[in-house]
Amino acid sequence: MTSAQLEKILKKHDHQKASLLAILQDIQALENYLPRKILEEVSQQLQVPLAQIYYLATFYRAFSLTPRGRHLVTVCTGTACHVKGAASILNTMERELAVKPGETTSDKKYTLETVNCLGSCALAPLVVVDGHYHGRMLGTKVLSLLRGEKDASKKS
Amino acid sequence: MRLKSPDELEQVRTQILAERKAREGEKRIILCTGTGCRGAGALEVLEAFEKVLGPKSVIEFKSTCCHGFCERGPITIIEPLGIFYQRVTPERVPQIIAETVKKGQVIEDLLYQDPETGQAIPAEKDIPFYKKQQRLVFGHNRYIDPTRIEDYLAVGGYKALIKALFHMSPDEIIEEVKRSGLRGRGGGGFPAGRKWESCRRAHGDIKYVICNCDEGDPGAYMDRSLMEGNPHSVLEGMIIGAYAIGAREGYVYVRNEYPLAVENVGIAIEQAQKMGLLGKNILGSGFDLTLVINKGGGAFVAGESSALMASIEGYVAEPRAKHIHMVESGLWERPTNLNNVETWANVPVIIEKGAAWYSSIGTQGSKGTKIFSLVGKINNTGLIEVPMGMTLREIVYDIGGGIPGGKRCKAVQTGGPSGGCIPESLFDLPVDFDELTKAGSMMGSGGMIVMDESTCMVDIAKYFTHFLKDESCGKCTSCRDGTLRMYEVLDAITKGKGKEGDIEFLQELGWVTSEASLCALGGSAPNPVLSTIRYFRDEYEAHIRAKRCPAGVCTALLTYTIDPEACIACGKCKKECPTEAITGEKKVPHEIDQAKCIKCGTCREVCPVDAVKVA
Amino acid sequence: MSEKELVRFHIDGLEVEAAKGQMLLPVALEYGVEIPHLCYHEAVSSYGACRLCLVEVTKGGRTRMTTSCNYPVEAGIEVAVSTENVQRARRMILELLLARAPHSEKIRTMAQEAGVEEARFRVLDVDDCILCGLCERVCREVVKANAITFVNRGDRREVAPPFGDPLACIACGACVYVCPTDCIKMEERGDERTIVRWKRTLKMQPCQSCGKPFAPLFQLNWIIDRAHLPKDFYALCPVCRKTKKG
Repeated sequence: MTSAQLEKILKKHDHQKASLLAILQDIQALENYLPRKILEEVSQQLQVPLAQIYYLATFYRAFSLTPRGRHLVTVCTGTACHVKGAASILNTMERELAVKPGETTSDKKYTLETVNCLGSCALAPLVVVDGHYHGRMLGTKVLSLLRGEKDASKKS
Repeated sequence: MRLKSPDELEQVRTQILAERKAREGEKRIILCTGTGCRGAGALEVLEAFEKVLGPKSVIEFKSTCCHGFCERGPITIIEPLGIFYQRVTPERVPQIIAETVKKGQVIEDLLYQDPETGQAIPAEKDIPFYKKQQRLVFGHNRYIDPTRIEDYLAVGGYKALIKALFHMSPDEIIEEVKRSGLRGRGGGGFPAGRKWESCRRAHGDIKYVICNCDEGDPGAYMDRSLMEGNPHSVLEGMIIGAYAIGAREGYVYVRNEYPLAVENVGIAIEQAQKMGLLGKNILGSGFDLTLVINKGGGAFVAGESSALMASIEGYVAEPRAKHIHMVESGLWERPTNLNNVETWANVPVIIEKGAAWYSSIGTQGSKGTKIFSLVGKINNTGLIEVPMGMTLREIVYDIGGGIPGGKRCKAVQTGGPSGGCIPESLFDLPVDFDELTKAGSMMGSGGMIVMDESTCMVDIAKYFTHFLKDESCGKCTSCRDGTLRMYEVLDAITKGKGKEGDIEFLQELGWVTSEASLCALGGSAPNPVLSTIRYFRDEYEAHIRAKRCPAGVCTALLTYTIDPEACIACGKCKKECPTEAITGEKKVPHEIDQAKCIKCGTCREVCPVDAVKVA
Repeated sequence: MSEKELVRFHIDGLEVEAAKGQMLLPVALEYGVEIPHLCYHEAVSSYGACRLCLVEVTKGGRTRMTTSCNYPVEAGIEVAVSTENVQRARRMILELLLARAPHSEKIRTMAQEAGVEEARFRVLDVDDCILCGLCERVCREVVKANAITFVNRGDRREVAPPFGDPLACIACGACVYVCPTDCIKMEERGDERTIVRWKRTLKMQPCQSCGKPFAPLFQLNWIIDRAHLPKDFYALCPVCRKTKKG
């Protein structure tokens, strides 16, 4: 992110301390995570202690302080999805990708996340990959999805 | 194009209606592209329609957001015939246009079929899912493209605003809302009129109104669909409320996980502003109101009123002590009135039709209708709107269509993580605020998770407690450590490590968590545990004493075996088993090595003859 | 100076008087009423994290259990400091705290006094921190170094410097002083001072007169900068400074 890009974001929010959350969201949208250097810059510009920004970044689940993978795999763990087997799907994902929710694979390809309900309960259990919804998932379907993804990205 | 008077607005409306009347007989296509239907492929269907119709089509095509019958999405309706097509795929689009739109012919296999009679039902209003509903607030979603304010005007939108701004005083508006009996739809159930009154009376020139769209209960998505599909109904309610209270600034706080809702309410605010329905001197009334959208950061606790306000101020969503009420000292220590999305959306209905009419619906203590999300082990998953007082039995069976696979219904969980389970034996209780609370649960925001005989109630308690432990802001020892320790006990129980006295221990922990914590998250955290103990104690005891999970869910207590009589030795399970725990040659019944088995259930999933048994 | 309205109310039957809006806990303590507490300190704002200072307050016929450290007093309220409910809650809270800070003398004593022998929970690996927040509050509100903060939420919550980097810490020791469980240690070895918990080691400035290292150079420069003092303001250690003044 260039200083011009950051300045644009800060200007959009009038350099308001109250808009810190929105500023962080805009930074994350561009960078796919919150780089420390940029948070330090925000701290300087807005005259807000870095400690306070760090607390915000770690309190809210939307933010990541480490670079995320190229593909975001989200397993919905809402109640309807849970009741229809989301836990076992999550286990399968964890096994296949060898990461826990919130973590990124070592090849930086996948980040596994859970979300507490996307409101698509008719499609339970739900897995979202890069914004694409995959409903009525089963453990085996998940595996072929991931393997299909893996193969597809190998081709390209 | 800022309108400067109610007359100018009515002129615009008249013109819109005239244009539509002129095209009344023509066929119109309505496609639901709400998040739920999108998940089922609605955007691909949309693309297909656009392709086949072409850019210069004279056939009217409208994208709406959420008709409620999410189980059967993507949904397409052909007006004015009222034909309801379900589970539409892109491949069927050319046929729909050629036969139904152009020739008025019904395509049988795209219709909803009554599961009992097998009969196809062409009209939406005849479908059992819709028949018993009373869609006062949610019904307009089917006529509205949320990105077009004209659609909202066409169904009578902003009439209530005119009545409120020009024919009622703020006090009269508050009286009307009080008399309607409207109670908060977000979970608290506090009388909205009283809240407005307290805020109006509070000292201060600057006041705020807030819309809480931080819908966090997993399994509940009513607010999302209202905001996505009919954002103007919420805005109209907020403008009326702001006028009554004396607020000139407002915030719409939308959950981070609802991008389409954020987008659509943003468009709605812009369009309302352009038309003079927001901003300075609304319709020439002299009343100003600006609304700003705030996105959440991914924290359930931000749905708590004081935590939400902290979030808007740029802090973490930590609830604050409320010895001084937020209606007196809230956002930036100014009088603030916060209401839920559905609460705001009820306001135009009340103002337009009157408190007397509104309060004739519902029960003594709970007036009006409520939108519920009916999900889980139910045939007709979706969003429903029914009058308060309808029984759970009617909801689950008449509207919900009963349990898939003909399984026995065990319970319905209401109120999200703050609520509890209502067992099947109590299904004749009328659903309203007080009845649900008496039964040990609560209305909450409207989530209704249906559970059948294959749902383990101890696992459900563990699930909710895990959720709360994760979402606790962490400030109070009693909530943070209370939920953690309750979770630890429940986890042990589900893993066969429960011991005598655990139930009483859970009850004690639950009591302290509830009594000693600052906010409602901690305050209601033990509800799932306590209500499942109350109604399903036998399941707890089976886990603790017999180390058995009667519902067959807690994997640590299950054993997977292959029935040698049923096994056809196809080898599928052996191939898929992630730990290579299955052995067996061709034509020999396969076996599972218990030492290697991680009970993932993959073998059961792939077995073509259902030979894998779980006990 | 504004006239603060005085209000009268009762604590366990005893009539007390205090300025309206003052917090209940300090008022009670002033009157010699013992209410156990851990996260309250007069030098910083009230937070209400530990939940130990719970009491029952009856107001207008309704009784509620509430923390007393952040409850603003009002005329006519009836406060009960040790009801059965309060004791029941206190016992469990102490048990929960004990499982966080088993080495804390203070908590062990309080627990014993309340009849809690041991915690029925596995001990958490948090080095005796009970997340009272006193350290971060004193650092933020009084010293204004903003070196440490709460991090994460729920059961993953902890107090730490941002990014684990204590670069803003001036090793003043205020956090060490206020910590109720003594889990923040300060060590001095030779001319280095370390705040152990935050892994902050700073070199100390030797006194120009007696040569003894007396405070971290980083800290002294920080103060000089903030308070616009002359650069050589801290050339002497406190002892020598006093002697010099004579």
